[in-house]
Amino acid sequence: MTQAESSPAPLPVVVEFEDVNLAYGTTPALVHLSFSMKAGETRVVLGAAGSGKTMLLKTAVGLVKPDSGHISLFGEEVTGRKESQLYGLRSKVGILFQEGGLFDSLTIAENVAYPLLNQYALHKNGNTLPPEEVDRRVRESLSFVELEHTLDKFPSELSGGMRRRAGIARAIVTAPQLVLYDSPTAGLDPITANTIINLILKGRDMRNTATIMVTHRYQDGRLMANFRYNPSSGKIERAESGQLTTRFFVMQEGRLFFEGTEAELRASTDSYVQKFARPGSS
Amino acid sequence: MLDFLKGPVETFQEFLLLSGRAFRNIVRSPHYADDILLQMDAIGVGSLFIVSLIGFFSGVVMALQMSRALATYGAQGQIGQIVSITLVRELGPVLASLLVAGRNASGIASELGSMRVTEQIDAMRALGTDPIQKLVTPRLIAMAVVLPLLTIIADFLGLVGGWLIAYGMLNITTSQYWSTAWRALEYNDLTQGLLKPFLFAIVIALVGCYYGINTTGGTQGVGRSTTKAVVVASVWIFIITSLLDPLFVNLG
Repeated sequence: MTQAESSPAPLPVVVEFEDVNLAYGTTPALVHLSFSMKAGETRVVLGAAGSGKTMLLKTAVGLVKPDSGHISLFGEEVTGRKESQLYGLRSKVGILFQEGGLFDSLTIAENVAYPLLNQYALHKNGNTLPPEEVDRRVRESLSFVELEHTLDKFPSELSGGMRRRAGIARAIVTAPQLVLYDSPTAGLDPITANTIINLILKGRDMRNTATIMVTHRYQDGRLMANFRYNPSSGKIERAESGQLTTRFFVMQEGRLFFEGTEAELRASTDSYVQKFARPGSS
Repeated sequence: MLDFLKGPVETFQEFLLLSGRAFRNIVRSPHYADDILLQMDAIGVGSLFIVSLIGFFSGVVMALQMSRALATYGAQGQIGQIVSITLVRELGPVLASLLVAGRNASGIASELGSMRVTEQIDAMRALGTDPIQKLVTPRLIAMAVVLPLLTIIADFLGLVGGWLIAYGMLNITTSQYWSTAWRALEYNDLTQGLLKPFLFAIVIALVGCYYGINTTGGTQGVGRSTTKAVVVASVWIFIITSLLDPLFVNLG
């Protein structure tokens, strides 16, 4: 088998950052940030607090505009677009905010239904979803995160882990091609944190979505890198070497300090990178 | 001096930008009809009791106070005219609007402010919806529809209050009271009586939304925004009415 025959068609680039810079006053938030990722790939972003991890996610979807540089999503330029032109593009992206970002005056079912009922892209073409379809997808998404019994509860009535799970249900209800997770396990106990990561893995591998996950926990990254969800057996299992599409980022003061595979991360001799590459480090 | 002016000018500019977007969204898709109805219920039905009460008592008070002055000239029979002109032209719109400003500009500012400080407005943007389309425009439309209606109710109940005093204490017949009250009103009075609450409604909704959406500084910030929204909306109500009055008085 020749090289050309074995290599599949090149996958489309989902996210691309080109020399992106952003500063708040004199404090740099992102410095010369460049990277790209293709469909189905995963990026795990590690780094100290305030190193620009969350800002990376916010600039990716245009919530924050960079001072210079170019960002594109699905081949479409994000930078330089007006806010009103970004809503359609954002509809293709699912986001889990640090604390879940749920609307506290809406029930869990209403929260999960929110993107389906309100999204600009769905409304603009005049093809709003029928209520029964919305209901079906909300239930499907909530049963995916095992929260189907909380439909009529308010976010304040749920525990931190359950809120995070509801946030995941909302992020993936529209079946987006790219999902961004901002510290999905922050402040959770190890068992709940593992449940969350398993759900993220399941969501990623069932639909082959591109995923960027910001985290403080190296274990989260290891799980993302080495395990996959097997839809036929319904279980999380160790991935074969050919299925590994996860790369690690380590950020420091807005810079992409390190980029590489898990093996490269572990092999790094840099003391800052090592801080994030020790099992059990947090 | 320039630095001193910079802040207010910037605020006013941002306010105008927000207003422009909110108005533009009225004709733009998507339309959130459910949110408009919800807001109409919260503002209109929610304020109905207090606006009715204040409208009624302002009519009562006016009839009582004016009757003494009119008695000096032996013109107590004209009480209906005085009550109807004052209420329809000025007191009905201004009192109803001040009440709604106190009740709803604060409500809007604190609701949107809380959403802002808990990053729910950012979440809304990230989920592909325009917060101005979803939050500001429905409140603007709802307020502009219900405040003139509330004013009509306040005016009417004020006239009823005046009639109670005229009939019960001043021995004026029902037909005399209502006919003087009705005949006193011209199209000019009705126009300003309805144009004012419409303009006040726009100011109340937009000021409440502006301070809510631009809240910073956590829960304390929400408190500050709420207070500012009520004060600024109330001041603008008086500024607008003072600017409109000479126009209509001259026309009359």
